[in-house]
Amino acid sequence: MQFFLEVLIGGLLSGVMYSLVALGFVLIYKASGVFNFAQGAMVYFAALSFVGILAKGVPFGLALILALGIMILFGVVTERFVLRPLVNQPPISLFMATIGLAFFLEGLGPFLWGNDSHEIRLGIPDEPLPYFLDKYNIAISTFDLAAAAIAGVLVAGLALFFQKTKIGRALRAVADDHQAALSIGIPLQVIWMIVWGVAGFVALVAGLLWGARNGVQLALVAVVLKALPVLILGGFTSVPGAIVGGLIIGSTEKLAEIYIGPLVGGGLESWFPYVLALAFLLVRPEGLFGEKHIDRV
Amino acid sequence: MLYREAGQFKTSYAADQQLLPIRQDRIAFFTLLAVVFVIVPLFVSDYWFSALLIPILIFSLAAIGLNILTGYAGQLSLGSAAFMAVGAFSAYNIVLRMPWLPQIVSFLLAGVCAALVGIAFGLPSVRIKGFYLAVATLAAQFFVVWALQKFPWFTNNSSSGVISAQGVTFFGFPIDSPVRNYVFVLCIVTVLALCAKNMARSNTGRQWMAVRDMDVAAEVIGIPLMRTKLQAFAISSFYCGVAGALYAYCYIGTVEPEAFSLDMSFRVLFMIIVGGMGTIMGAFIGATFFTVLPIFLSILIPGIASLFNFNFDKASLTYIEFMIFGALIIFFLIVEPHGLARLWQIGKEKLRIWPFPH
Repeated sequence: MQFFLEVLIGGLLSGVMYSLVALGFVLIYKASGVFNFAQGAMVYFAALSFVGILAKGVPFGLALILALGIMILFGVVTERFVLRPLVNQPPISLFMATIGLAFFLEGLGPFLWGNDSHEIRLGIPDEPLPYFLDKYNIAISTFDLAAAAIAGVLVAGLALFFQKTKIGRALRAVADDHQAALSIGIPLQVIWMIVWGVAGFVALVAGLLWGARNGVQLALVAVVLKALPVLILGGFTSVPGAIVGGLIIGSTEKLAEIYIGPLVGGGLESWFPYVLALAFLLVRPEGLFGEKHIDRV
Repeated sequence: MLYREAGQFKTSYAADQQLLPIRQDRIAFFTLLAVVFVIVPLFVSDYWFSALLIPILIFSLAAIGLNILTGYAGQLSLGSAAFMAVGAFSAYNIVLRMPWLPQIVSFLLAGVCAALVGIAFGLPSVRIKGFYLAVATLAAQFFVVWALQKFPWFTNNSSSGVISAQGVTFFGFPIDSPVRNYVFVLCIVTVLALCAKNMARSNTGRQWMAVRDMDVAAEVIGIPLMRTKLQAFAISSFYCGVAGALYAYCYIGTVEPEAFSLDMSFRVLFMIIVGGMGTIMGAFIGATFFTVLPIFLSILIPGIASLFNFNFDKASLTYIEFMIFGALIIFFLIVEPHGLARLWQIGKEKLRIWPFPH
């Protein structure tokens, strides 16, 4: 039981990390209907920029601001040179464009900042929390808890931003209906820039946490593959869906690896989340919290 | 002037419905066939076959497969490499375990195996569509590669998980040199491409396109959705499977499951996007483009860099290639969203009315 709990909690906490990546994805999908495959590359690029700036001798806080600036600049440039010329193209073209974008970032990041594998030290120790270890004999990493807390703050902040600010309202309007939003005078292009900027910010946070955990290296790009089943489970358009989906995927993935893995020789993690999400989709094709799509003939 | 169909009258339905209704097209097509079947094998060196022509043909076949599914039937798939892997490994096992079968039959059976797997992973398409389906096909991608690695039966208990393709014979001819490989692959690709072209313009293809354009409307006019979608999955996977078998037997020789990674799926997808969705010719153009491009870039960039006295190390060059690759994809999507095949059509139309503008 204790072991089960430990695995479960570890899974839930790693699920939070998946949610972080999925979150940036949901933001962009909601606002512009773009299936942004480049989110993983953005995470990598953001983390690499941060580390690269840090290596130049810039203090931590300033490096953070500079990296954020780079990500926002990236959002603006993407809007101007990729999204705007592709307005009114079928969604698959936009999706392909983001794959192109991912390639571009995977090249640009190491080209600018070098391709060494870096470590990030955020000052959070990655060791079991003594309290839980003594009292319940369950090992929970401080780092994981901190990551979960950061993710929680981020989600709460985004929720406030979406619900309470004027820009947030405009974002929701655009997400609902592009044309209607345009017709009441919401500047679509500005909104897209903001959304890509915010997604860049989320990518930076995710990149820092993932980078601190696994090191900043090209493998970071693959986190997008972890985020995709989270997305289809939670629904492409739902921020809470990304969180809940992440928790479900994270925990079941770890449990399956421990309890089913030995029966089939391990390595389940690469595909189990997908099959889980797929089985789920067969019951609810629009995901947990996704909007139901009604076709009109 | 030369390319004009004036005066070519069609006097029967057969003439009206033939694949190439214009005489000049027929002449061009048969000349092309003669060139690729006769002239090229006679005059081209081995390097060109193994580095360029064979991969182009094999990827064209895979791209045709994906084009059937994504371009014609509208079901976005990110798992084409998985179906290629199924084809490659089932070909290996069929040749290994049933050596008395002619190898060409084994390859086709490998395609059938891939088709069965395709149907299994196509089942979700009955319920879900769009990007949800695309992500669902990723399940195929990861599951197949994992299964091929985990169960040693597939690789005949090879300790490294790598299979070496057995020698191929085709009607008694050993397929052992690059030229023979090329001709062998070319025969298969030609036949299958013609089949695909004819499927696309027959009832089957029209059903796929109806489902692609609007599945509810297609259902209303009496097209069985489930059967049509699964049929597209099956045929598409068959093509990918045969391409995978050829990839293992005629191009690489020794393959491991990881060779059929997500990157390869993306490459095939790029090919049909840049070449042109929903065209058979686009598959060929796209495959050519993405096979030639990396070679071209690896020659061009150092040349330009030395021209401007930039000194890049080897790693930087790779990254620049990545960036150019990504930027080119975006560029093509913006400039010609219908793919390069569309340019060809426009050119043909212009030629037909030349020298008049309209």
